[in-house]
Amino acid sequence: MGSNDAAGGHGEGMSPQAPRLALANVSKRFPGVQANDRISLTVAPGEIHAVLGENGAGKSTLMKIIYGAVRPDEGTIGWNGAPVVIHNPRQARSLGIAMVFQHFALFETLTVAENVWLGLDRRITRADVAREVERVSALYGLDLDPGRLVSSLSVGERQRVEILRALLANPQLLILDEPTAVLTPQMAERLFATLRQLAGGGCSILYISHKLDEVRALCESCTVLRAGRAVGTVDPRGETNRSLSELMLGEAPPAPPPRPAATGDRVLEVNGLSLPPGEERGVPLAGLELSLRAGEIVGVAGVSGNGQAELLAALSGEDRRAPAGSIRLFGRDVSNASPRGRRRLGLHFVPEERIGRGSVPSLPLAANTLLTRREPVGPGGWLHRGRARRLAARLIDRFSVSARGPDSPAGSLSGGNLQKFIVGREVDAAPKVLIVAQPTWGLDVGAAAQIRREIVALCEAGGAALIVSEDLDELFELCSDLVVIARGRLSPRIAARDATPALIGQWMSGLFRASAADPGPVAAAIEVEAHA
Amino acid sequence: MGGLALMLAASVNAGTVLALAGLGLLINERAGVLNLGAEGMMLIGALAGYATALHAPGAGMLLGYLAAAAAGAVMAALFGWLAIGIGTNQYATGLALSLFGVGFTAFAGKPFVDRQLAERGRDGIPWLRDLPLVGPALFGYHLLVYLAVALAVGLTWFLFRSRAGLLLRAVGESPESAHALGHRVRAIRMLAVIAGGALCGLAGAYVSLAYTHLWVENLIAGRGWIALALTTFATWRPARILLGAYLFGGLTMLQFHLQQRGVQIESHLLGMLPYLATVIVLVLISRRAAWIRHNMPASLGRIFRPGT
Amino acid sequence: MLRLVARPTPSRPLTLAAPLIAFALTVSVGAILFVALGVSPGRALALFFIEPLRGADAWSELSVKATPLALIALGLAVCFRANVWNIGAEGQFIMGAITASWVAMRATDTTHAAAILPAIALAGILGGAAWAAIVAFLRDRWNANEILVSLMLVYVADMLLGYLTYGPWKDPDGYNFPQTISFLPVTQVPLIADGHRAHVGLFAAVAVAIAAWLFLYRTYGGFQLAVGGAAPRAARYAGFSARRSLWTALLCSGGLSGLAGALEVTGPLGQLTPHLPVGYGFTAIIVAFVGRLHPFGILLASILMSMLYIGGELAQSRLGLPQALSGVFQGLLLFTLLACDALASYRILRVRRAVA
Repeated sequence: MGSNDAAGGHGEGMSPQAPRLALANVSKRFPGVQANDRISLTVAPGEIHAVLGENGAGKSTLMKIIYGAVRPDEGTIGWNGAPVVIHNPRQARSLGIAMVFQHFALFETLTVAENVWLGLDRRITRADVAREVERVSALYGLDLDPGRLVSSLSVGERQRVEILRALLANPQLLILDEPTAVLTPQMAERLFATLRQLAGGGCSILYISHKLDEVRALCESCTVLRAGRAVGTVDPRGETNRSLSELMLGEAPPAPPPRPAATGDRVLEVNGLSLPPGEERGVPLAGLELSLRAGEIVGVAGVSGNGQAELLAALSGEDRRAPAGSIRLFGRDVSNASPRGRRRLGLHFVPEERIGRGSVPSLPLAANTLLTRREPVGPGGWLHRGRARRLAARLIDRFSVSARGPDSPAGSLSGGNLQKFIVGREVDAAPKVLIVAQPTWGLDVGAAAQIRREIVALCEAGGAALIVSEDLDELFELCSDLVVIARGRLSPRIAARDATPALIGQWMSGLFRASAADPGPVAAAIEVEAHA
Repeated sequence: MGGLALMLAASVNAGTVLALAGLGLLINERAGVLNLGAEGMMLIGALAGYATALHAPGAGMLLGYLAAAAAGAVMAALFGWLAIGIGTNQYATGLALSLFGVGFTAFAGKPFVDRQLAERGRDGIPWLRDLPLVGPALFGYHLLVYLAVALAVGLTWFLFRSRAGLLLRAVGESPESAHALGHRVRAIRMLAVIAGGALCGLAGAYVSLAYTHLWVENLIAGRGWIALALTTFATWRPARILLGAYLFGGLTMLQFHLQQRGVQIESHLLGMLPYLATVIVLVLISRRAAWIRHNMPASLGRIFRPGT
Repeated sequence: MLRLVARPTPSRPLTLAAPLIAFALTVSVGAILFVALGVSPGRALALFFIEPLRGADAWSELSVKATPLALIALGLAVCFRANVWNIGAEGQFIMGAITASWVAMRATDTTHAAAILPAIALAGILGGAAWAAIVAFLRDRWNANEILVSLMLVYVADMLLGYLTYGPWKDPDGYNFPQTISFLPVTQVPLIADGHRAHVGLFAAVAVAIAAWLFLYRTYGGFQLAVGGAAPRAARYAGFSARRSLWTALLCSGGLSGLAGALEVTGPLGQLTPHLPVGYGFTAIIVAFVGRLHPFGILLASILMSMLYIGGELAQSRLGLPQALSGVFQGLLLFTLLACDALASYRILRVRRAVA
């Protein structure tokens, strides 16, 4: 029992047979929904255990219970063979439970060491923290410099800071929530290596995900959640994607809609789009080239922070600084046109942030239609409120949005329903070009399938769609062609059927030549790969 | 001492008001809370200090200063309960505090307008102030002047070298992240606000007890607002607050100095100087939008609700 | 054990009732205050809330105070809804009075009312708007915080007023008092009825309220303003111009404040003195909030605030209480309103103490 190891350090009094964590019949109810329904789960010491389930299945509630942020209504929790009640995160941490969140709790203007320092409960000096950071970082190949500002770190590096912070607490159980959502396939492999090393040292790992390939590659055991219940515990190494998917959904996964084919006319052309960053930490765009033809769906893949936001802002009109002629819609130059001007020409956009950008939460749905639809606006700017209400009611009906009515505030809708409303609002305008960012992120299966159907239907009717997403599965399902954006550059275009995750992963790291004229990735991109 | 030396000394005195209030507001804002009630807290502090000193002469008006700090802290706690505890709009609540402060002190201060304080003792650090040459120049100031300097030094150490200060800055940058790490964001912000209020109250008392040595309605005359501008001017660093405060103090003194020199500019026009200067400085600082954003506590002014 | 738990969206009935609850709380605190001052609470409260409504004379005085408050607050409502924090309405009020005075002082014996009165009003509007335009420009161009700039400009305007009335505009026959000449009768804002001080500015206030309501709630422009204030990223997504909203808000607000200043200086005052600014610009902030940033609510709230003003005057003359009492009430009202408003976003739950 090496007490100097960063993981599994508390050695005394531990029976070798007792499971590290044992949940029995844990339930939790929130107003209107049974989030967890008599869930039982066992994790052995040193085991990598997946918790698999679709969005809304109850994974995050269960993790909050284990982590101490939420108290269960029923059930027992066993820790190393003895029953415990976990009152709060601090107590959970003192037991040896550490969590790496999906949304990093980091402070950009502080250094790595300072960020770690703030996450530690015990008394320790600033200098000692820096030393510990270096030690653990070297031990697990995390490669982090304690003196660097977090703002200068890449997404992969930031996640490693989170992991480092968790490791410094000497955890016996490490919980990771959707960790690969922000990683390229190569970075994910590196993470897996670290996790295996940890597990080898005796630390148990709870791995939350809905990505079947990863679960099968990494985990020894897997509990599948569906609608709040644990529907099975399996060894994922012996399962197929299809069998796991059936467990998760309770039925065969819906057949993906057929990918529509391009019909010829170019509707959107991006040429030589170079743009310096608008704000301090933005990503500069370098000579982007992309074209979209009627009837096709093109996907832009990439880990967040590589220029997607900047590209989308330039395309939607929120950023009007694009060089003249770099963006053409039906041949017309819209590089400096306003969002309203672009909408008039048939370009509609669904942003990544549903609340606060795609909708105003305090205003009713009827008013929210006015953000992008002009039908209720009369001459002189007079608002026809009845028309707006009727439009909202039609959207609610057509897109099966679960809402009390056109007067309910947008903030009262669930994430999935709000997204259905927003996508519906744009699709209903019969755009000729639809640009969507993260269309089904965080949505349950039903809502996600519906939105994908709508996008496909739009293209079958002659429109075109550009999907910007970090979810490769979604892109592979929907798109005929793919490009990858990395460090503000676009990769060559490739048909979805010809692309492999390995190739896409490589491109996500920036290793491609966009065109013959492109000098290739700058040395920094290679360095990114080495450090990612 | 020559006229220039006198003016410098006067600038330091005038600037100390702004410095004390500015440092208090700095603590607030580093935690992400914008308290527009500075003017109100200074007024209430000024009145509380004056009233206490009137009724308890002796002890060098120490009780007055303590009462002023306490009064400022209480008003800040009220603001904090509303803006941090319940989540009212920070701007509106701070404004309410200022408006209330103006009205309340005008009302409650009526009995004190014509009442004189006892004579002040000599300023300065005992014994050191009697040294030849350097004595009056360096050690002859009111004790609060030295407190302001010490505070600036202490705050610099606190913010950038201590864990508690690091936590404060973290809360100001991202209360959500701090909350996710298990820190009690609202309690920290509340403490910051109360500390800031105490200092604003103290600054007000400095005006009524030392600087002008009287009480009239609206004694603070906008200095609370200038102190608010100071934090932006100083990009939220304590040493720069001190610098800016003395500069502004100097500007106020310039008015008198010019008049003494016989410069024929009408007094009202001269009186515009500090306010116009504040506007100009604000513009100059704000031009570098990126720089401001880099230095400004990122969550300044936003409501934080745990659980969302 | 009771706990406050956040609601997903604020409770409608509580939000509507908040001003009334706040008012009730303020009155209660006031009653306690009066008792502490050794005055009969009943008598004092009557002076504040009943006396100002008794009789035509009282209503006339109410309208004299309510008109400038309403005009300024209507402009502030537009600003605040756009999240533009114009705190310097007092300065815009002063500038409007200054420019209006300049026009008024041009009047001679042969001037027609029909010519000079619109000119005075226009001058007031332009003066206030120009002063607010400085704020808009500095924020638009250089990102300067409008709260601090507009506030500093209040003090500058006040100094300017002092300079003019003590200096170039001082009435040579005025016994060396800082005041301008008394404006000629032709420049006086027309009264509504003889014998009372109420003037036609009242109708202007009502007309502006209706126009503001139409603009804010029934036009696309008003919608854009509201979205810009509530969710600036959504406004950018929609393509609404933040610059246009900024300028619209500040020019409206400045113009209305300037108009209020013009009416005040050529109406009740009849000349320009350093005592012109009595804090209407700041009280109007309270009026705007108490009126929920809604034009009709603002009309009601300005009547309420005027009652507090007049009550303060009555309390001074009849009970010997300081006139500044009204300021205390006004501040208190705003505090309680903010608290009640925010509490509407919570519900009180009885939480069983957690078993260890």
